[in-house]
Amino acid sequence: MAKSEIVIHKERCKGCEICVLLCPAQVLDIQDFKVNVADIEKCTACMQCELRCPDFAIEVTRL
Amino acid sequence: MAYNYEKYIRKGRLPHIWCPGCGYGIIMKSMIRAIDAMGWSKDETVIASGIGCASRLPGYLDFNTLHTTHGRSLAFATGIKLANPELKIVALGGDGDMSAIGGNHFIHACRRNIDMTVIVFNNNIYGMTGGQYSPTTPLGAKATTAPYGMLEPDFDICKLAVAAGATFVGRSTSYHALPMEKLFKEAFSHKGLSVVEIIAGCPTGFGRKNNQKTPTSMLLWQKDHAVTKQMAEKMSAEELEGKFITGVLYHDTSKKEYVENYDAVTGFSEK
Amino acid sequence: MEKKRERKFLQGNDAVALGALYAGCKFYAGYPITPSTEVAERLAAWLPKNGGRFIQMEDEISAMAAVIGASLAGKKSLTATSGPGMSLKLENLGYGYMAEVPCVVLNVMRGGPSTGTPTGPGQADIMQARWGTHGDHPCIALTPSTVYEQFSQTVRAFNLAEKYRMPVIILSDEIIGHMREAIEVPLEGELEVIEREKPACAIDEYKPYDNSVLVPKMASFGQGYRYHVTGLNHDEYGFPTNSAKLIGLQEERLIKKVEENYDDIVQVEHFMCEDAEHIIFAFGSSARASKDAVLNLRKKGVKAGLLKPLTIWPFPDREISEYASKVKDITVVELSVGQSVREVSRAAGGRCNIKHIYKVDSKPISPVDIEKAVEG
Repeated sequence: MAKSEIVIHKERCKGCEICVLLCPAQVLDIQDFKVNVADIEKCTACMQCELRCPDFAIEVTRL
Repeated sequence: MAYNYEKYIRKGRLPHIWCPGCGYGIIMKSMIRAIDAMGWSKDETVIASGIGCASRLPGYLDFNTLHTTHGRSLAFATGIKLANPELKIVALGGDGDMSAIGGNHFIHACRRNIDMTVIVFNNNIYGMTGGQYSPTTPLGAKATTAPYGMLEPDFDICKLAVAAGATFVGRSTSYHALPMEKLFKEAFSHKGLSVVEIIAGCPTGFGRKNNQKTPTSMLLWQKDHAVTKQMAEKMSAEELEGKFITGVLYHDTSKKEYVENYDAVTGFSEK
Repeated sequence: MEKKRERKFLQGNDAVALGALYAGCKFYAGYPITPSTEVAERLAAWLPKNGGRFIQMEDEISAMAAVIGASLAGKKSLTATSGPGMSLKLENLGYGYMAEVPCVVLNVMRGGPSTGTPTGPGQADIMQARWGTHGDHPCIALTPSTVYEQFSQTVRAFNLAEKYRMPVIILSDEIIGHMREAIEVPLEGELEVIEREKPACAIDEYKPYDNSVLVPKMASFGQGYRYHVTGLNHDEYGFPTNSAKLIGLQEERLIKKVEENYDDIVQVEHFMCEDAEHIIFAFGSSARASKDAVLNLRKKGVKAGLLKPLTIWPFPDREISEYASKVKDITVVELSVGQSVREVSRAAGGRCNIKHIYKVDSKPISPVDIEKAVEG
C-alpha cells in the first residue's frame, strides 16, 4: 500500500531532474524529458521533491 | 497534504520563464510559504522588482506587483512605503540588479532603515542577458564577458548590507528550502530594512562554464559549502576557507524605522 | 463673511510648491540641484503639515522612481530638478509613460549641456522634454512665465497628469524660478482640481490597461485590485506580452490620449494679437521681455503681438498655423540656438516669414534686442 499520492503537472515540468536526483528512495525517473512516477510503492512521502521542484510541477499528498 | 501554492499564483501564469533547474522557483515557493505564515493579506502586500531573471518573479504572484527599471526597485518601493506605510513590501532582484546598477539604491535603503524586506537572488551572473560577469562572480570564474576568468574581486552582499546600515541581514541558499522559509519569516517580522541574500545556481549561465554541469550538482554544491552561523563559530579560519555562512548574520532592533520616525519628528498628520 | 485671497510675495519656485499643495500633492522626492532646490526646501517643511511626506533621495534616478512608486500607492506626487538631473530622470520618466503613472516633473531650465551654467537661465531642454526618453511616447509640457503661472500651471500639471494618467513636465527656467512677484493665492475651489479616477468595477473585471478606452481607470496599490505593473510592453491586465497586436494597440493608445485631446491640453496666451502684423512667439522668461517689446513696438506704431504658449508640448501647431496665414512674420525668441524655431517653422508651413533671435550666453534677451529683430 503506497504511503502517498503524487500528482505531476507535466505542462510545468522542464525535466531538470532535481527531484529525481534528490529523491532518497528512487521513486521518480525521467521519461520524454518529463518527470515520471516510476515506483510509488517506494515513496516515503518525505516531500523533498515537492519542496525543491522549482517549477511547481510536483504535488505529494501523504495518505 | 501537498502545499497549496496555487492560492498565491496568478491563474495561467505558469510555467514560469526560468530555465530548467533554475533555483528561483524554489525561492519563490519559500517566499509564498513565509508570506502565508505571516498572515499578510494579498491586498496589503506589494512585491517589487528590478530587471533580470529574478525580477520576473512578481508577475507570477497574486499581490500588488511592480516590475520596475533595472536596479531601481528599492527606490520605487521607498515611494510606495512613504505614500502608504500600511503596505507590506518585499523588494527583490538579482545580484547585478541590486549590487551593480542598483548598488546606490541598495546601500541607501539599508542606511535609511525603511520597513521592508530586500531579497537578493545571487546566482553570481547576469542570467537574462546570457551569462556575463556580475559583482558577485567569484575571482577566476568564467563568464561570457570573462572568457579568461573573472578579474575583479567580488562583493559580499551581506557584509555590504551590514556596513550600509541594514538592521536585519541573513543568508540562505536555494537548496535550504525550509531554513530559507524560516529566514524569510524572521526578515518579514523585523521592523526596519531587512536584507536576505539567497545563494542560487544559474545552471545555464554559470554552471555550464564552471564545472557544475547539472542543476542538482549546483544545489549540492550549495549544501556542501553552506555553514550555519552556529557551526561557523566553532570552526577555524582554515576550515571556513571557501565556505559561506548562512542564517541570521546581523540583527539590530535599536535603530529607528524611517517612516515612523519621520511622522514623529515632523509632526505628520493625515489631513 | 466672504473669504479674501491672500496676497503673497513669492519666489517662483515657492509658487510651484504652494501650487502643488493646492492641487493635493502628498509626496515629493527629489535631489538637490540649482536652480530648483527651493521647491524641495519648501515642501520638506510644508508636506508633513499637510498630510504628505517628503524625502531627499540618493540621486535623481531614485527620486523619479520614488515619485512613481508613491503615485502607484495613490498619492499625487512631484519631483523638481534642472538639466543634469532631468537627464538622469529620463529613464524612469519613460517608465511613467509606459506604466501610465500620473506625476509631475518640474525642470527649472538652466544653461547646458552638461553642468552648464547652474545660475543662468536656459530654454534648451525643450527637445529633451519631448524626446529625451527612448521610444515613441506621449508628452505634455507646460511653460509658465510668471510667478502666478508657476502656481496655476503647477495645479494644471497635476490635473493633466491625473486626467491622462501620465507624467507631466513643467518647463520653467532659472529666471522664473528665482524671481519674486506678488500673487493673490486662489481660494479653495477657485481653480479646478482634478482627482484620479479609480475603478469601482468587480475585481476580476478590472483591466488596468484597457485598450478600449483612451485612459483606463487606475487603482491604487492596497485598494484591492491586485494588478501587475511593468515597463515591458504589456497586455490589458499589465502582464508582459509579445503579441504584436497588443503591443501596437497599447503604443498607439499612449500617443492618442494626448493627440486626441489637443484642445484640452494646449493653452496659449494671445497678447495684442488681434490686429497684429508681426507675431512674437516666446515662452517662459523670454515671453516677459517679449511682452515689453510688444508694448514698445506698439508705441512706435508697429502692429506687434505676442503668442505665448503655456503648453509647449503638444506644440501649439494650430495657433501658429492660424497666424501664419494672417501675419507678415513670426519672430521666435528663445534661449536656445533653435529648438523652438524649427517647430514654429514646421507649423507655419512656409506661409509667413520666420525670424529668429536667441541667446545662449546665460543672460536673458532684452526687449530692445527683440524689437530690433521684429523691425529688422
